[in-house]
Amino acid sequence: MDAPGTEVALPATALRGKDLLGIAELAPEEILLILDTAEAMKEISQRQIKKVPALRGRTVVNLFFEPSTRTRTSFEIAEKRLSADTLGVAVASSSVVKGETLVDTARNIEAMGPSMIVLRHASSGAPHLLSRICKSPIINAGDGLHEHPTQALLDAFTIRERKGRIAGLKVAIVGDLLHSRVLRSNVLLLTKLGADVWVCGPPTLIPMGLAAMGVTTTTSVDAAVEGADVVMMLRIQLERMEGGFFPSLREYFRVFGMTDARLRRAKPDVIVMHPGPINRGVEISSEVADGPYSVILDQVANGVAARMAVLYLLAGGGAHDEVVA
Amino acid sequence: MMKWLLKGGRVVDPVNGIDGAYDVLVRDGVIAKVGRDLPVSLAEGGQVIALSPAFVVCPGFIDMHVHLREPGQEHKETVATGVASAVAGGFTAVACMPNTAPVNDNAGVTELILKKAADANLARVYPIGAVSRGQKGESLADIAELKAAGCVAITDDGHPVSTALLARRAMEYASMFGMPLIEHCEDPSLKGDGVAHEGPMAASLGLKGIPGIAEAITASRDILVAEMVGGHVHVAHMSAWTTLEAVRQGKSRGVKVTCEVAPHHFTLTDAMLQAPVPYDTNTKMNPPLREAKDRDAMLEGIRDGSVDVIATDHAPHHADEKNVEFDRAPFGIVGLETAIPIAMETLVHGGVIGLPRLVELMSVNPARIINVPGGSLTEGQPADITILAPEQSVTIDRTQLVSKSKNTPYHGATFRGAAAATFVGGRLVFVNAASGLALTAEAR
Amino acid sequence: MPVVMDADRISRALVRIAHEVVERNRGVENLAIIGVRSRGVPLARRIAAALKSISGDDVPVGALDITLYRDDLMRQTVGPQPLVRRTEIPFSLDDRVIVLVDDVLFTGRTTRAALDALVDFGRPRAIQLVVLVDRGHRELPIKADYVGKNIPTSRRESVHVRLSETDGTDEVSVESEA
Repeated sequence: MDAPGTEVALPATALRGKDLLGIAELAPEEILLILDTAEAMKEISQRQIKKVPALRGRTVVNLFFEPSTRTRTSFEIAEKRLSADTLGVAVASSSVVKGETLVDTARNIEAMGPSMIVLRHASSGAPHLLSRICKSPIINAGDGLHEHPTQALLDAFTIRERKGRIAGLKVAIVGDLLHSRVLRSNVLLLTKLGADVWVCGPPTLIPMGLAAMGVTTTTSVDAAVEGADVVMMLRIQLERMEGGFFPSLREYFRVFGMTDARLRRAKPDVIVMHPGPINRGVEISSEVADGPYSVILDQVANGVAARMAVLYLLAGGGAHDEVVA
Repeated sequence: MMKWLLKGGRVVDPVNGIDGAYDVLVRDGVIAKVGRDLPVSLAEGGQVIALSPAFVVCPGFIDMHVHLREPGQEHKETVATGVASAVAGGFTAVACMPNTAPVNDNAGVTELILKKAADANLARVYPIGAVSRGQKGESLADIAELKAAGCVAITDDGHPVSTALLARRAMEYASMFGMPLIEHCEDPSLKGDGVAHEGPMAASLGLKGIPGIAEAITASRDILVAEMVGGHVHVAHMSAWTTLEAVRQGKSRGVKVTCEVAPHHFTLTDAMLQAPVPYDTNTKMNPPLREAKDRDAMLEGIRDGSVDVIATDHAPHHADEKNVEFDRAPFGIVGLETAIPIAMETLVHGGVIGLPRLVELMSVNPARIINVPGGSLTEGQPADITILAPEQSVTIDRTQLVSKSKNTPYHGATFRGAAAATFVGGRLVFVNAASGLALTAEAR
Repeated sequence: MPVVMDADRISRALVRIAHEVVERNRGVENLAIIGVRSRGVPLARRIAAALKSISGDDVPVGALDITLYRDDLMRQTVGPQPLVRRTEIPFSLDDRVIVLVDDVLFTGRTTRAALDALVDFGRPRAIQLVVLVDRGHRELPIKADYVGKNIPTSRRESVHVRLSETDGTDEVSVESEA
């Protein structure tokens, strides 16, 4: 039975670490601080002039080793709304294979004195490596199969905005659990804040030992969705089918796709989330994606606020601040 | 030729049933005499080493799984730096793997390695030849030629022998030279592009997994092949409890199967991937650090005799190669200079086994398996001797390693037990100054 | 810890200010009140209530958090960031007279930040400043339009405003820093 949840902690007054490497490193109070700060940040996006001078004179480097329109755009908007100077460095992974190592790239960028580095990288743990060699705060914008902490923060923000709380909610996460950094960060965050997290997907896409993260694992979508307050769908990538994890996209949709019929098992006020980009007719039907329960576009808007909060809160931690005249 | 009298230590020589206060006389490069209270006059013209009873004199330790990297990857290690690292770690001999560039699949490479080893003139070097030409897993290398040039075993280490058929042919063919097939057990399809043990730790770190059974499946295959053809398969760097079970079953059926475990697999687990340094590439090796259940099984196999050998899988890599993203870093750690401290602390002081069993695991059995001299202090044998300082406390400092590479996860760890001195062919090639071992004046 | 204003003095000062606001603006039409977080907000609400009892009309009230506009925000090299709280201005500023309310006017820097912030919300016809206490020592050319009480202080002293909404009691005290 779901007991009405109470928040597990009071917000902290500051983040302890210099970086945001993952949700794993955050205490519940720090998560609440970020969410509360994001609430203040969200209001900025509703003003006539959507810009505050908070990070004036700061340079944020967006170091993206993987293509990502959505996360990168969201970070850039967040940085600009805080008046930071932003510098986008897109590095094709192939050129890294050929030439410069991540460590050398990072040292070069750091030598230019950035205030913060936002890193997206295909290797799990790449931000941890960077944080050991860079004095600048590192914000993980997605590392390999590991974590995508700002996505989990914006998801939590969206849930709290709609439900008023996170503790005690039943959250069903359905999809590719094996290759999803969004899953890991969300599981860590939601369990830290006391949600009842169910994860569901084909057995071939459930990592061994996932249950050790404090979630209920099932292959039954119906069981996962039953009585859920939140249904979160994860993207299914075409290459997973080619990797033999399931027979066909058609069959995947048949067994795991989110449809109106399946959603009826959830609570009447369920919200449906998706980190995007969505594959209509694969993991989610159009009627659900565009339907009344969908908060997918809210997630996108809230992503800017959550990232502004993280950027602001970490901006105090860098030792490489530019001289302010 | 120099004479030595090792006087007053505890001699542990399981082959000759010796464990006690004995003296050892070395003359002309061989063990001249082992006895109680040998007179100092026997060493006339040589040196007496007066040992306190705390020191242990054993047949020279042999590491039968080492990557010396030469030819081709001399920036990681050379034969010369590798054997210097070996004697500093208390090893009198090493067997080196053929995955060099070019691969040791012909007499030319074998001879080059032996030439470099002779030039270095420290630890003995026993090359191991490739199973398949170029280690490509297609056709057999010229194994007779390799044998004649000095190879003591065959392996495609770095990779498993590609097919059951090739494993069969290799074992059948090598049996006529009495050479074991050393197998790097790993099912390639299950390994995939995995970089860590498949389990909760890899799941939480987002690292692609290599299941324990990837090892056990290939081990089981080769045990069945060895059983059918009467060959000898030696399972290298065993890490998974399921592999140990397969080896035990093979042994109980009388199959000629032996196995080795590396120190890191009986001490560390995949928890090291997360802490103290998350994604530390010095915790990345193949096979990977596994779970506590596997680690404990390795200890139990060592205790109950199922494990034959402790071998380090010494795999030097340059710091630049390791200073990259975890999934891009090469597999492997150095092991020659940390093996004795780890084994003494964990196995002997930890109460898993006694010293005679340790000597079997690190000297007697490797000599027997690759069919080389050593493994005993029998009179007339080459004087390859390892002296242990079992109570010496050592803190591993990677900057102090003799090996050219410093990739160890044990940096900063403290162990009780060390190599005090190493003799190869009656020559003192290494003395650990901190051990308290005293070279006294020339005997009169 | 000398108390310089008690609950009664505070209440009378706010009522007087409300009367002055009405007088100066000839009513409350087109007026909005914005309190600067944190203690300017309850003061703004009290003034709005006073305006209602004077004029009978509701005056919209907003809350402004000036943290992101502080001129000392990024000057320290390392350190925790000040907490940011929500700004709530549920009305348009365009062509309104904004009565900005803060508890203490000191250097003027907070007011400067508040003025910058307000401009981002729209283009008010005028901005007027209410402070409960003016303690002097201005560092910027800023002057309050309505003052509850002028309290001469030395720089070493600090002025503490406590309000029942936030602190459980109404009083203003001057304390000398040890």
